[in-house]
Amino acid sequence: MKIEEKTQAIVNEFANFDDWMDKYNYLIELGKSLPLIEERHKTENNLIPGCQSRVWLHADFDGEIVHFTADSDAVITKGIANLLIRTFSDQRPQEILDSSANFLSEIGLTEHLSPTRSNGMLSMLKQIKMYALAFKAKQQMGQS
Amino acid sequence: MGNRDTVHFSTAGLADIEAIRADFPILRREVYGKPLVYFDNAATTQKPQVVIDALTGYYQTMNANVHRGVHLLSQEATSAFEKAREKLALFVNARSVREMVFTRGCTESINLVAATWGQQNLRPGDEILISALEHHSNIVPWQMLCEHSGARLIVCPLHADGSLNMEEFARLLNTHTRLVAISHISNSLGTINPVKEITRMAHKTGAKVLIDGAQALAHLVVDVQDMDCDFYTFSAHKIYGPMGIGGLYGKEELLLEMPPYQGGGEMIANVTFEHTSYNEPPFKFEAGTPNVAGALAFGVAIDYIQKLGIQNIAKRENQLLDYATQVLKSIPGVVIIGNAEHKASVISFLIDETHPYDAGTIIDHFGIAVRTGTHCTQPLMDSLGITGTIRASFAFYNTFAEIDLLAKAINKAKEMFL
Ligand SMILES: Cc1ncc(COP(=O)(O)O)c(C=O)c1O
Repeated sequence: MKIEEKTQAIVNEFANFDDWMDKYNYLIELGKSLPLIEERHKTENNLIPGCQSRVWLHADFDGEIVHFTADSDAVITKGIANLLIRTFSDQRPQEILDSSANFLSEIGLTEHLSPTRSNGMLSMLKQIKMYALAFKAKQQMGQS
Repeated sequence: MGNRDTVHFSTAGLADIEAIRADFPILRREVYGKPLVYFDNAATTQKPQVVIDALTGYYQTMNANVHRGVHLLSQEATSAFEKAREKLALFVNARSVREMVFTRGCTESINLVAATWGQQNLRPGDEILISALEHHSNIVPWQMLCEHSGARLIVCPLHADGSLNMEEFARLLNTHTRLVAISHISNSLGTINPVKEITRMAHKTGAKVLIDGAQALAHLVVDVQDMDCDFYTFSAHKIYGPMGIGGLYGKEELLLEMPPYQGGGEMIANVTFEHTSYNEPPFKFEAGTPNVAGALAFGVAIDYIQKLGIQNIAKRENQLLDYATQVLKSIPGVVIIGNAEHKASVISFLIDETHPYDAGTIIDHFGIAVRTGTHCTQPLMDSLGITGTIRASFAFYNTFAEIDLLAKAINKAKEMFL
């Protein structure tokens, strides 16, 4: 599935909620169902800096496709990580670099996008892009 | 509910809580379509209209540089600025205005002492004694000083209830201790430290004492002569005044001996390219154009709380704290972090195993501003073995009904994270 299709699906899911509590209940649910990162990947290195809650992000690259896993000690953060991973995991590096996470404001989670939130939302996104960039470079090196 | 907020107060200043709240325009605003409940007063307090008016009024009618011009505006601004200094000096009971230095705030005041008195007096082998509950502002400047001077930073531990372990304090004090730097009130736990006793003990071994009063000035009567501390530091914004201004009280004999902090205009007596002689304290420590509007508005904030009466304020805030403590304790799974016998109106807590960030996000959506995280006291959180807390901190304009709403929000959060 393309990234835009995935984000559209998320936007549609969230369109069902008319109050914040339902939305957060769903985020919590998503947080609880986030496929867990392997314990051995919960390293200092994978820890995203600048978050109030601890967030780990791990990336695997098979030469073509990037696979992300994540975890956090806060459930809401985990729920958001789930959305990001659903969107960006199993995509090619270039596709990840070309896309944005604007859907988060569309589904009314803008408050988590402000830099003051320090929940690692933006840092997580940045890290995802950094991985994509690094893997793209690796890919190109392999090709040349 | 309204009744509960007025019934305890026959005391003139705070009898009519709605009238008091009306003094604070921001309390009329909404967040997420709900009335704002502002429980983050330990981070910064809200400003009454008179303080806001003082800021704009200064620029509208009086703006001029101070201590410099013969023209009337400059004279007016200078005398208003010095009047504000006088109010502050009186408010903390300094011996004279010469003991009251204007700074950007508590953090700058502490850095000033570290950079001047500290650099002048500390040698390898000397010790600075702080406590485990200090704000980063009362840790990092001393760490930096230790790095420069070769002195050592010693940390006095706490009891489990968040009070200072005074037996340990006595044991750690020794003839190498040159400075004791401890907060009057903990911003994370609310603990009120026995600063007078601390000062007495420290002076016996020959150490100087700096009290970080950031959290205290708005909550209790501060008398620096009675306390006998050598330095006392604070920020206006935590006492209903504006941001960007604060103060350092220092004993005159110490200020006289200390080297200047920053160089520039105002702090000099005579300048030639060969030699500069310095102005007297407090001006010696006030290089450059100061925050005049801020100082004036700080003075107005002090007038405002003196009109309410700091004792009345303390009484109301203690009642809010007692009520909140009782309400939070009655919610299963809520654990209060910091249960010292003497506490100011700061209440830190955790809800079951829920991460403070999660709980805070839900509470925020009720329109309630609480703070979550380490509250700039990361070493304290580490020593308690937690990653942070949810903190509600009350000011006199808060109400019992608002605390009831907090309880409701907590119960909702409990349900959601179950
Ligand atoms: C105990 C304590 N010390 C120092 C400070 C620093 O104050 P400021 O940031 O206004 O300089 C604070 C503010 O949070 C505080 O609570």
